[in-house]
Amino acid sequence: MQRETSAGAAILFDDVGKTYPQKGAGSVMALEGISLEVPAGAITGIIGRSGAGKSTLMRMVNGLEKPTSGRITVGGRDVGAAHGAALREIRREVGMIFQHFNLLSSRTVLENVALPMEIAGVPRGQIRTRASDLVARVGLEKLANRYPAELSGGQKQRVGIARALATEPKVLLSDEATSALDPETTQTVLKLLADINRDLGLTVLLITHEMAVVRDIASHMAVIDGGRIVEAGETYDIFTTPQHPTTRSFLSGVTGVTLPRFIAEQMVTERPEGPAREVIRITFLGDKATDPLLAQMSAALGLDVNILAGAIEEIGPRPFGNLLISVPADRGAEARSYLETHQQRTEVLGYVR
Amino acid sequence: MSANLIHMLIDATWQTLYMVAVAAIIGAVIGLPIGVFLACSQRGELLSAPLVNRVLGIVVNATRSVPFIILVVAIIPFTRMVAGTSIGTTAAIVPLTIAAIPFIARLIENAIREVDAGLIEAARAMGATPLQIIRKVLIPEALPGITLGMTLAVVSLIGYSAMVGAVGGEGLGDLGIRYGYQRFMPDVMAMVVIILIVLVQLVQTIGEWIARRVDKRAPRNRGA
Ligand SMILES: Nc1ncnc2c1ncn2[C@@H]1O[C@H](COP(=O)(O)OP(=O)(O)OP(=O)(O)O)[C@@H](O)[C@H]1O
Ligand SMILES: [Mg+2]
Repeated sequence: MQRETSAGAAILFDDVGKTYPQKGAGSVMALEGISLEVPAGAITGIIGRSGAGKSTLMRMVNGLEKPTSGRITVGGRDVGAAHGAALREIRREVGMIFQHFNLLSSRTVLENVALPMEIAGVPRGQIRTRASDLVARVGLEKLANRYPAELSGGQKQRVGIARALATEPKVLLSDEATSALDPETTQTVLKLLADINRDLGLTVLLITHEMAVVRDIASHMAVIDGGRIVEAGETYDIFTTPQHPTTRSFLSGVTGVTLPRFIAEQMVTERPEGPAREVIRITFLGDKATDPLLAQMSAALGLDVNILAGAIEEIGPRPFGNLLISVPADRGAEARSYLETHQQRTEVLGYVR
Repeated sequence: MSANLIHMLIDATWQTLYMVAVAAIIGAVIGLPIGVFLACSQRGELLSAPLVNRVLGIVVNATRSVPFIILVVAIIPFTRMVAGTSIGTTAAIVPLTIAAIPFIARLIENAIREVDAGLIEAARAMGATPLQIIRKVLIPEALPGITLGMTLAVVSLIGYSAMVGAVGGEGLGDLGIRYGYQRFMPDVMAMVVIILIVLVQLVQTIGEWIARRVDKRAPRNRGA
C-alpha cells in the first residue's frame, strides 16, 4: 500500500470544498477550505451544530459525496478521483455506522453482519465463522438469530458496529451513532468503540453534537462551524484552551461550569466605576488540578476569594479543572499573575458589583 | 342443477385459474425488472437513466389508461401473432398479460420506493454494486409490499378475466354471461358469483398470510 507523505494520517483533507447546486439558480456552500489530518489509530471527534457540514464531511471519506474542490485521501488513495470498482474497493476498507442503524429488517443479526462479506465476495464458509465471531465480539451471541425489530437501540447499534467491521476495515466512520440512544446505552456503545479502537488499532472518525462524547473517547477533535473548521487538535488542548466562540459555547454545556444565574445576569464586560468584583475562569491543568492553590493564594495575597462554580474532570487519563471565582476588581491583575506563575490559565469573564 | 352444469362450472373455474395464473406469472417475470428499473432510474438514483425512465413511465401509463375490454380488441393482431390464434382461452392470456405487466410494474415500483433510503446508503458504503443493492437489499426489503402488490394484481386479473368472453375466452365470467345472463339461468349466475367471491377471498387471505410471513419489520410474539 502506498504511504502518505504526512506520516500517521489515515485520512487527509486538503483544502476541500463542497457546494450543492440548488433548484433554480445558485448553490449552497456546505463546506469550504477544509484541511484536516485524521491521525491513524486514534479516535477523532468532529463536533458542530446542525447543518454545520459534519455529515457532508464524513460522507466524502467513503465517496458517498464527491468534493467540488480539493482532495481527500484515505490510506494514501484519492477518494474523490476513484470511480466504480476502485471506489468500491476503498469503501470496503472504510466501515460506517449510522444514527438510525440502517439494518436490513429482512435479515437476522447474523445475516446483517454477513452482508458486507457477501457483497465483497468472501467465501460462504468464511462468512459464517467471521460473522459469528463478530456478533460475539459485540456481545450479541445470544441474539444472533433475532431480527432487528426485536432488538433495543443499543443492541441494534452493536449489530451496526459488527457489520461495519465485517470487511476488516482500517477506518471506521460514525455519524451520530449514539444520538438515538439514552445516556446509559450511549456509554456502553462508546466503550465498545473505544475497545475496538484499542484492540484493532482502527482509525475512528466520529461525528457528534455532544461535547461529552468527544471528551469521553476522542483523543483528537475538530470543531466545524458554517462549513469551516474553526479549531482542530488534541482534545485536551481544545478543552483546556478553547480559542473559538463556537468551541466555548459547546464546552460550556459539558464542563458543567456555568455561572449561577443571579451572577450571570448582572455581569458586565466593562469594569464599572466604584467597587466591583472581577469574575475569573481558572483552568487547572495536569497534576496541578487538585492542588489547593486557591487557599494558598488567598493566604499569600491576603485576598478574599469567592468560589462561584467549579468542576474537575478527566480527558483521557489527564485531569483538568475549571473554576469560576471572583476577587475584588482592583486586585484582579494581581490574582491572575499569581495563578499564572503557578502554571494555571486564567480568563476574565466580566465584572459584577 | 344438472350434472352437466356442475361440470361446466368446474371447467370454467379451472379456465379462469389457468388464465389468471399464467398471466400473473408472466406479468411478474416481466413486470418485476420494469418495476425495479422505474424505482431506481430517476436522476441521481442507483441506475440513473432519467430519459429512459420518463419514456418507460409514459408507456406504462398509456397501457394502464386503456380500458381492458378495449385493449382486448385493440391488440387482436398481436394476440394472433403470439398465440397463433386470436380466439379462445389460451389466446385470452395475451391481453391479460399485457394488462398485468404495467400494473405489476407500478406496484413493484411503489413497494421498492418504500424501502428506507438509509439502507441503500449503508449498502453503498459497503461497496455494493447497483445490482447487488437491488438483489440483496431492495428486493428482500420490499418483499412484504411486493407480495401484497401481487395479491392485488391477481385479484384484479380475476376481474379482468371475466371480460375475455369478448374474444372467445372461456372461464367463470364467460359462463356467467352466456348462461346466467343470456339464457336467464339465475342459479348459474349465482354459482359463478359465489365461486368468484370465494376465489378472491382465498387469494387475498393467502397473499396476506405470505406477506405477514416475510415481513420481519414488526416484532412478533415468539412465546407460543
Ligand atoms: N444533498 C444535499 N443537497 C443540498 N444541500 C445539502 C445536501 N446535503 C446537505 N446539504 C446542506 O449542506 C449543509 C451541511 O449539511 P450536513 O448534513 O453536512 O450537516 P450536519 O452538520 O451533518 O447537520 P446535522 O447535525 O443536522 O446532521 C446544510 O446546509 C445542508 O442543508
Ligand atoms: Mg448530519
